[in-house]
Amino acid sequence: MSPSELSPGAPPPTHANTINEQQHGIWVKITQGPGLVSVLAVFVALVLGGLLIAATDAKVATTAGYLFSRPSDFFSALWAAGTDSYVSLFQGSIYNSRQGFAPFLETLTVSTPLICAGLGVALAFRAGLFNIGAQGQIIIGSIMAAYAGFAWHLPFGLHLLVVIFMGVIGGAVWGGLVGLLKARTGAHEVILTIMFNYVALYFLDFLLNTKAFQRPGETNPISPILDPSAVFPALPGSRLHLGFVMAIGLTILVAWILNRSTIGFEFRAVGANPAAARTAGVNVARSTILVMAIAGALAGAAGVAQVAGTEQVLTAGIAASLGFDAITVALLGRSTPWGTFFAGLLFGAFRAGAVTMQISTGTPIDIVLVVQSLIVLFIAAPPLVRAMFGLNRKSKNKPPKTPKHAAPAPAAPASQGGGA
Amino acid sequence: MSAPAPTLPAKLRPLAPVSWKTPIMLSVIGLLSLVFFGFAGSEQSATFGISTGGDVFTLPDLVVPGIATGIVLGLGMCVLAGYSIFLAREHRPTPGWVPMVFAALFIFAFLVWVVSGARTPQISLAGLIAGSVTLAVPLVFGSLSGVLCERAGVVNIAIEGQLLGGAFSAAIIASVTGSPMLGLLAAAVAGALVSVVLAIFSIKYVVNQIIVGVVLNVLVSGITGFLFTTVMQEDPELYNSPGRLPVIDIPGLSAIPIIGPILFRQSIVGYLMYIAVAAVWIGLFKTRWGLRVRAVGEHPKAADTLGIKVNTTRFVNVVLGGAIAGIGGSFFTLVAIDSFTKEISGGRGFIALAAVIFGRWNPIGAFFAALLFGFADNLQSILTIIGTPVPSQFMAMLPYVVTVFAVAGLVGKSRAPAADGEPYVKG
Repeated sequence: MSPSELSPGAPPPTHANTINEQQHGIWVKITQGPGLVSVLAVFVALVLGGLLIAATDAKVATTAGYLFSRPSDFFSALWAAGTDSYVSLFQGSIYNSRQGFAPFLETLTVSTPLICAGLGVALAFRAGLFNIGAQGQIIIGSIMAAYAGFAWHLPFGLHLLVVIFMGVIGGAVWGGLVGLLKARTGAHEVILTIMFNYVALYFLDFLLNTKAFQRPGETNPISPILDPSAVFPALPGSRLHLGFVMAIGLTILVAWILNRSTIGFEFRAVGANPAAARTAGVNVARSTILVMAIAGALAGAAGVAQVAGTEQVLTAGIAASLGFDAITVALLGRSTPWGTFFAGLLFGAFRAGAVTMQISTGTPIDIVLVVQSLIVLFIAAPPLVRAMFGLNRKSKNKPPKTPKHAAPAPAAPASQGGGA
Repeated sequence: MSAPAPTLPAKLRPLAPVSWKTPIMLSVIGLLSLVFFGFAGSEQSATFGISTGGDVFTLPDLVVPGIATGIVLGLGMCVLAGYSIFLAREHRPTPGWVPMVFAALFIFAFLVWVVSGARTPQISLAGLIAGSVTLAVPLVFGSLSGVLCERAGVVNIAIEGQLLGGAFSAAIIASVTGSPMLGLLAAAVAGALVSVVLAIFSIKYVVNQIIVGVVLNVLVSGITGFLFTTVMQEDPELYNSPGRLPVIDIPGLSAIPIIGPILFRQSIVGYLMYIAVAAVWIGLFKTRWGLRVRAVGEHPKAADTLGIKVNTTRFVNVVLGGAIAGIGGSFFTLVAIDSFTKEISGGRGFIALAAVIFGRWNPIGAFFAALLFGFADNLQSILTIIGTPVPSQFMAMLPYVVTVFAVAGLVGKSRAPAADGEPYVKG
C-alpha cells in the first residue's frame, strides 16, 4: 500500500507510477529486511573463509610468485583452494556419490545438541537475558543423565525416560540458580553464567576421577558405558538417534511457549521492557528464574543428546564447544524457535562436513569457527552488510533510526494504562 | 563516615540500619574454620621455606604445628566475627579492616591445614609467592584491559581473544624476525586490532557489546587455530620458535627474601605489568583524561553535554585496553614457554574478567584480585605435587566461586559503571 494512493490531496497516480512504487516497496523490504542480510552474511563469511584457506595454500603461494607473468595460474589456484574445501565440506555434510545421503544423517546427529542448546539461549534472549551458560548447563545435564544411565539399572523404556528427566533437571537447576541469583541480588547473568561454566567444568573433571564415576580399571577420566536401555534407539547404519526427534519436539514446544502461552508472553514482555512488564503486573523475578530454568533444561536436553545419543559415555570433553556454538546458533536464528532449528542444522552441517574436509583437503576444522563467527558478526550488523553490497543508498532518503527509537516510547504508557 | 559523627556522643547519633550480612558471614566462616582447620586439622607440622639460595641473608624455615595453629587462627577469626556482631548490635557498620584481617587469617589457616595434611608437609613460601605473581601477569594485563573498557562504558568480554591474539602474534613475529622485542610490539598491535573490531561493531554499528565480545573470542580462536595448523606446524623452526624475553635481574635488590624475586627479578613483561597498573590507576583517577573517561562510563549524556566526545573516548579506551591485553598475551609465548599452541590462553581472559569485577573496576583492586587468582592457580599445582587431601579441581574453581560471591553481593557489593554496556547514540 503506497501512501500516495491514500492521500487525498495528491494527484491521482497513473498506473505505471503505482507499480513502480509497489516494486520499490518490495525492493526495500527485500534489501532492508533480515532475510537478504542473513543470506549475504553467510555468503560474505564463506568468501572470507575461502580467502583465508587460499592464503595459506601452498599452490596459491607458488603461483603468486609469478603472478604478473601468468596471472591465470594464480587465480585458478586461488579458486581451486577455496572451492575444493567447500566442495568436500558439502560432500561430508549433505551428499556424496560414494555414501549417498549418509553424511546428511551425520549432520542431523551433530545438529541435535546444537538445536537443543540453541533453543535455550534463544529463549533467554527473548526474555532479555544473555545466557552464556549453556556450556555449564550441558555439562551438569550430561553428568546427571550419564549417572542415571550407567549406575541405575532400570527396565527398558523407563530407563531412557529417567535419563532424559535427570539430564533436563540437572540443566534446569544449574540455569535456575543463575536466575535466582540474578532475581535476588541483581548480579549480571553474563558474569554469573561464565563463572558457572567453569565451576561445572572443574566439577565434571573432579567427578571423573572419583570411584562413583570413573570406569573400573581405567586410569583415564572416563565413565562406564551407558546401559543399552538408557540410550536413544539409533537408525541402523548411522549415528542418527531418536534424540533428533526430541529436538524437533522441543522446537515445537518452545514455539508454543513463546507464541501461545501466558508465561511466554510474560517472558517477551520482560524482555521488551522489564519496567513496563512489572507495572503491568508481571512478576519479573519469578519470570527471570523460570526462563533461566527452562533455558537450562533445554541445554540439559542437549547434554542428554550427547551422553544418551552420540557419545554414550561421559568424558571431560562431553560438551566440547557446544555451549558457545549454541550462542551463535541462537544469534543466527534471530532467537526464533524455527530460525534456531535451521541455524542448528546449518552449523551442524559445518561441523559434520569439516571432519571430511580436514581428511580430504587438509583444511583444519578451525575454519568452521572462523566462518561461524563471521556469519554472526555480519548478521548482527546489517548496515555493514548492506554497505558492502551498495544497498544503503535507497535508505538514505528517510531517517532509518527514528522508528527504532520511537517504538518503545508509546509501549510504556500503553502497558501502564493496562496495569492501572 | 559522615563528618559530624565524631562530635556527637554515641547515644545521640541517628541509628543506622543494621546489616547483619557481614557479621553472619564472618561467624559462619570463622566457626567452620575453627572446626575444620583447628579441631579436625592434621597432627603433622607444616614447614614453610622462606629463603631461597640466592638471598643476601637467610631466614629460618617457619615450622608450625597443624592443630594448634588452626585453633589459634580459628579463634582469631571468631573474635573478629564477635566484634562485628557487637558493632552490628550497636548499629555501627563493620570497618573495612575487619574482613581484610579475617581473610588474611583464613588464607593462612587454610595454608597450614592443607600443607600439614599433605604427604610431604613442606612448601617453599618464596616459591609459592613468586609463582603466584608469575601466573598473575596475563591476568593483570587482561583485567587492566577490562577496567579501561568498562570504565568508559564498553563491556569487554573479548579479553580472552585479545590475550590469544597477542600470544599468537608475539610467537610468529618474534620467530620470523628473531627479535622477542618486536614480538612484544606485535602482541600489542594484535590485541589492539581485536579491540578495533570490538569498537567498530559495538560503537559504530551499535551491536550488543556482549555478543561482539563472545563472537570475537570464537573468531580469534578459529583464526589462530587455523594458522597454527596451516602455517606454524608446517615449519615450526621458522614460524614457532620465538625465543624468550630475558629475565632482567636488578643486582642487590633482587636478593631480598620473598619480595626480591617478585619485584626485581622479572622479564620486561613483568616490569611492564607494575608500570601499567600504576599508569592506569593514575590515569583514571588523577588526571583530567581519567575524569572524562569515568564520566563517559557513568553518564554519557552528561559528558556529551559538557563537550566530551563520548564515542571517541570509548573507541580510544577500547583500543588502548586491547593493546594492554595483547602485551599480556605475549607472556604465554615469550615468557612462560617459547612456543604457541592452540588455545594457549586457556580461559584466563575470563579469570581476568572475574578479577575486574572482584577488584571493583579499579586497577589496583583488579591487580590484587588477579594476584589472588594467580595464587590459587599456583597453590593448586603445588598442592598436587605435595599430595594433599583437597582435590585440585576445587582449588581451580576458587576464582570463579569467589567472583559469583562478589557479584551476588555476599562479600561486599561490587557495582559496575552506570553506563557499562549501554551504547551511546546521540540525540
